[in-house]
Amino acid sequence: MRILCCVKRVPAPGAKINVTDDGMAVDAAHLGFTTSPHEECAVEGAVQLVEQHGGEVTVLTLGSGEASEQLRYAVSVGAAHGVLVDVGSSDWDPQRTAAALTEAIVALEQEQPFDLILFGNESADSGGFQVGIRVARALGRPVVQGIKGIEVSGDGSAAGTVTARREIDGGFEVYELPRPCVLGVKEGLNLPRYPTMKGRLASKKVEIPEVATSAVAGGQQRVKLHRPEETVSETVILGHGPEAAPAVVDVLAELGVL
Amino acid sequence: MLLVILDHQGDALTEAGREALTFGRTLAGRMGVDVEAAVIGSDASALISEAGQYGAATVHTATHELLTDYGPDAHSSVVEQMIRELEPDAVLACGTERGNEVMAHVAARLDAPFVANCVDVTPGDSWTMTRVQWGGSLLEDCALDADVALLTCGLHAVVAEPGDGQEPDAESFDVALTDADLVTLVRQRVVMEAGVTLPTAPVVCGGGRGVGSAEGFSQLEELATLLGGRVGCSRAVTNLGWRPHSDQVGQTGTRIAPEIYIASGISGAIQHWVGAMASKHILAINTDAEANMVVKADWAVIGDLHEVIPAIIAEVSARRGS
Ligand SMILES: Cc1cc2nc3c(=O)[nH]c(=O)nc-3n(C[C@H](O)[C@H](O)[C@H](O)COP(=O)(O)OP(=O)(O)OC[C@H]3O[C@@H](n4cnc5c(N)ncnc54)[C@H](O)[C@@H]3O)c2cc1C
Ligand SMILES: Nc1ncnc2c1ncn2[C@@H]1O[C@H](COP(=O)(O)O)[C@@H](O)[C@H]1O
Repeated sequence: MRILCCVKRVPAPGAKINVTDDGMAVDAAHLGFTTSPHEECAVEGAVQLVEQHGGEVTVLTLGSGEASEQLRYAVSVGAAHGVLVDVGSSDWDPQRTAAALTEAIVALEQEQPFDLILFGNESADSGGFQVGIRVARALGRPVVQGIKGIEVSGDGSAAGTVTARREIDGGFEVYELPRPCVLGVKEGLNLPRYPTMKGRLASKKVEIPEVATSAVAGGQQRVKLHRPEETVSETVILGHGPEAAPAVVDVLAELGVL
Repeated sequence: MLLVILDHQGDALTEAGREALTFGRTLAGRMGVDVEAAVIGSDASALISEAGQYGAATVHTATHELLTDYGPDAHSSVVEQMIRELEPDAVLACGTERGNEVMAHVAARLDAPFVANCVDVTPGDSWTMTRVQWGGSLLEDCALDADVALLTCGLHAVVAEPGDGQEPDAESFDVALTDADLVTLVRQRVVMEAGVTLPTAPVVCGGGRGVGSAEGFSQLEELATLLGGRVGCSRAVTNLGWRPHSDQVGQTGTRIAPEIYIASGISGAIQHWVGAMASKHILAINTDAEANMVVKADWAVIGDLHEVIPAIIAEVSARRGS
């Protein structure tokens, strides 16, 4: 099975998110970077499917040259190839991002289409809830969002189906899509593995080819980022250690949850 | 005209559907146009009346034998047909999973921009809006250039409130669906959980990396059971394999809104906080008095959770016994 995962490099903030002086980006000067969590699960899901059915996983990202770090990480946990659309930033608007990814996918599919393409349900930073759907429609393939379970029929290649589970309040919905198809997955699909020593070595050696894009700006443009207003509350310290238990239970009684 | 796509269950609007109409009334006021509503898959009169109470002047109902269950292609096809025929200036849905999914499909069908999870929208020659990023930790102001503004309002961006409540005009809308629209219809629906779930629990006992092990959660389980609540956890805990992802609170987990959230051994990273901030009260238990969770909580106990939680359990049992 040939599977493609689209992943995005995002900063990993701690207690709060700071914005650059011009308001156009998250201030990542003192932050680490990571792969958006839903997409980490997409990569793990793809690697597991390939372990079951054979084939290989390719990861694709649009961003700055540094985003190859996230592609290499994906290789360290089992992906075979990483491809970069280097546009200097991953803050492109959703239409433009989708157009550029579609262009890259068409180029990668010259010989053979991917049987399955996985996206995250939404990117961790911008959360536009749309890039995967736009790409799928541009490629003329069915797509369902919010997926937390994937099963493929047969050996996964050529004609066949993908059964996908989506969590809803108190249960789940099941979809059955013909391959090739596209899914937007959510964290909880699986528990991503850590890199092995062998994987780390492979990730250092892998070539990261770049593809160019001609995508133009879409109709939604950033003006500025800012933090929501916070209500600061005074914390009442009920005590130190186990001696605080009676005060805690007084609070529970007061709230009527005892 | 502003067209609001309504979320409904049976013959009533869902809270998200009411929120969309409430948000839509304000927006339509700013645009100087009427609110019309679209109901896909039902023409129940109770639903139409309720949409009227919340401000819809006209309700367009689209019914079809293949629209009884959800499918993103079928639903977005209906919205696309309505846009072509009714020519609204803007289309608004609520930023639920489905609302965002359907609107993204509509936008892709029309090759138009789609702005998800808005909390404020200013129409004009050029539209501007404020939308949610990072699951609510950050806001983005953006400008929109489009023939028809396609938007969702963030879930709980407004509190649903009925408007003047007139009986709306009901119009049935004829839909045509193609085979391609039917590929993504729901095939099967499985009901799993009954009883108290994490999003609805009145008490959530959350544990973080500070709990130290999977076994360490037995104390939190015991306290949650005593209080009729549920156990929650941080992503650090899920990643360590100590708890299933279904227990995770936060941006990529569950949003909780209990009467009280007891957060033990959790530092309170912003991505955890956005899942917990709708809690009515928060009590933090942490060895670190400077931890973000402690600073943001209503109450805190400074100490080792493995000593504090058993003491709370003993105290609860003692008071109940007496
Ligand atoms: C895009 C993105 C999305 C994310 N989504 C989520 C999400 O949905 N949910 C989520 O939770 N996180 C999420 N995270 C991760 C988040 O950034 C933090 O890494 C995580 O929440 C930290 O978990 P923690 O508080 O358990 O661990 P830590 O930050 O390690 O904190 C442990 C705490 O335990 C305290 N402690 C230690 N021992 C004890 C003891 N014996 N008694 C009492 N206290 C003790 C320490 O003082 C510390 O405050 C996300 C991250 C990213 C980048
Ligand atoms: N810059 C990018 N590079 C690669 N994939 C992306 C990028 N932006 C978004 N995606 C993919 O599209 C999904 C949805 O993104 P969004 O529409 O921003 O919420 C993400 O979860 C990713 O899988």
